[in-house]
Amino acid sequence: MLNYALKRLGVAILVATTVSIVTFSLLHLTGDPAMALAGAAATEDDIENIRRVYGYDRPFLVQYADWLIKAVQGDFGRSHYLKTEVADVVFDRLPTTMILGASAITFAFILSIPLGVLAAIKPNTIFDRLALTLAVVGQALPSFWFALIMIFWLGIEWRLLPISGTESWQNFIMPAVALGYYVTPAIMRLTRAGMLEVLASDYIRTARAKGIRPGAILFKHALRNAIIPVVALSAVQFGFMLGGSIVIETIFAINGLGFLAWESIQRADLPMMQAIVLVLACFYIVLTYLADMLNAFLDPRIRVV
Amino acid sequence: MTPPNGPSAAGTGAVPSLPIADQILEPSPARQLRRRVFGHAGITIGAGVLIFIIVVALLAPVLAPFDPLDQDLTRRIIPPVWHETGSWTHVLGTDQFGRDYLSRLIYGARISLLIGFVAMLISGVIGTTLGVAAGYFGGRVDMVVNFIITTRLSLPVILVALAVVSIIGNSLWIVIWVLGFLIWDRFAVVMRSSVQQVRDLDYVAAAKALGCSTTRIILSEIMPNIVNNLIVVATLEMAHAILLEAALSYLGLGVQPPAPSWGLMISEGKGMIFFDPWLIGIPGAALFAMVLAINLLGDGLRDVTAPENRN
Repeated sequence: MLNYALKRLGVAILVATTVSIVTFSLLHLTGDPAMALAGAAATEDDIENIRRVYGYDRPFLVQYADWLIKAVQGDFGRSHYLKTEVADVVFDRLPTTMILGASAITFAFILSIPLGVLAAIKPNTIFDRLALTLAVVGQALPSFWFALIMIFWLGIEWRLLPISGTESWQNFIMPAVALGYYVTPAIMRLTRAGMLEVLASDYIRTARAKGIRPGAILFKHALRNAIIPVVALSAVQFGFMLGGSIVIETIFAINGLGFLAWESIQRADLPMMQAIVLVLACFYIVLTYLADMLNAFLDPRIRVV
Repeated sequence: MTPPNGPSAAGTGAVPSLPIADQILEPSPARQLRRRVFGHAGITIGAGVLIFIIVVALLAPVLAPFDPLDQDLTRRIIPPVWHETGSWTHVLGTDQFGRDYLSRLIYGARISLLIGFVAMLISGVIGTTLGVAAGYFGGRVDMVVNFIITTRLSLPVILVALAVVSIIGNSLWIVIWVLGFLIWDRFAVVMRSSVQQVRDLDYVAAAKALGCSTTRIILSEIMPNIVNNLIVVATLEMAHAILLEAALSYLGLGVQPPAPSWGLMISEGKGMIFFDPWLIGIPGAALFAMVLAINLLGDGLRDVTAPENRN
């Protein structure tokens, strides 16, 4: 197990390094950061000045190495627009996004796991169909449009929920639903498939033969085993959701990392954009690593590979 | 139904009815497939809606009652025909610049389909190449491709797309290329495992024994047998690309005004959500219908061609 954990850790670090190179190159090589910073009215001299002040005149590899060494120590440079430390702003906004992500995944669980279980114990019935329909519809619904529809009905017409800001927990309901429903189809399908597989297994038949109550079989024996891959998948989906939160945070004016990313893109604030992409990518890498470890811990067969 | 050698045949002197080929033989595989395809509700509905949208998009210049970019500030925000103040001149009303909403919706279908299709082609070429190489050669190649896939998955798609588009500048084709370069991961993952399933089968070994080149084996032995999976992923990724374009345009960094992109129309309408929510409702419903149709088609094709992959 330790061997496997270390090997996977090595890969994860390599992936993180590659991501940092890709991010840095994407943002530096696809355009001239100095020109973007200077604006349309700048003269050639202004741009040259900016290039020197921000160090954009140095060779690309030197810029990257300098950025990476500082980033590893938690120093992402200064924001071009806010003129403060990027790291301070990013870690100030991060908790809000985490709360949003956690609420969203909780909503996804509440909706998808019962539906998945129900679809599995009553296959090919109305429940199964309903669950499948919900999955198909959910995957086709554009999240920003769904969010606007909720704002219109729940926020404006019926005045049930606040439509923007982060003052109370009620502010997080609509954003969590808008962000979370998108991952429900995947979680539901996996719960259903897992339950179907477990329910057909020998130990469930044995448990039934022993006369254990159906409820106990379902929850103590079946669900507990079927849920393992779901937990692993959820870790990965959580990572995706943090990336997707930019749309939802912008719509609901939630002052998190996604909203910050959108603002920074509007302001061409390169150091901020880099830091956010890197932080989110690293978060995803850590989550997938933990999911892998969980799977390997629970299923020894994986460790050999 | 008269039995083939029944007494009636002998008695009346009529021609004995011979067993018809249909009753003995199973229907041909092609016929079975046809029957499954046309009998599948998802495929029928999905393909029907999609073909309708494609036809409307192709015939846009004929069907659209007005020029989608033509502004008329004296005719701003006319509600659609089902409202009390609506009129048949502008069936779906007009937006805040007085542009005919139906015409914009029709031309918007072209943008969505174009972006979805071309981005899917680009990502399909990248993902299939990587996936097939990894699946066929295995070993080091597989390791490297897996690493590239993991790296790509770690990058948040929308964020990277927004950032890159904001730096390079945004035109329709830049959006298409950026999306194409970002969403190839599912192609690679599915193609890799599909190739792994067929690469050790007898017919591939036979082709190797005959001395076929690697290119030939991949193109004429392996590809025809995994093309089903490729088509399924292609439909789902096309839907994915369409949704991403809409999200980018909604955030103001996709297709630029005054082009009639559905995502952009929703974005332009959001300021009027209080009094004229139909400005958001109409393009959103169109987007939803298009993506749903493509997904139904893709899910249906998977059911029909590879029922074992349903879960």
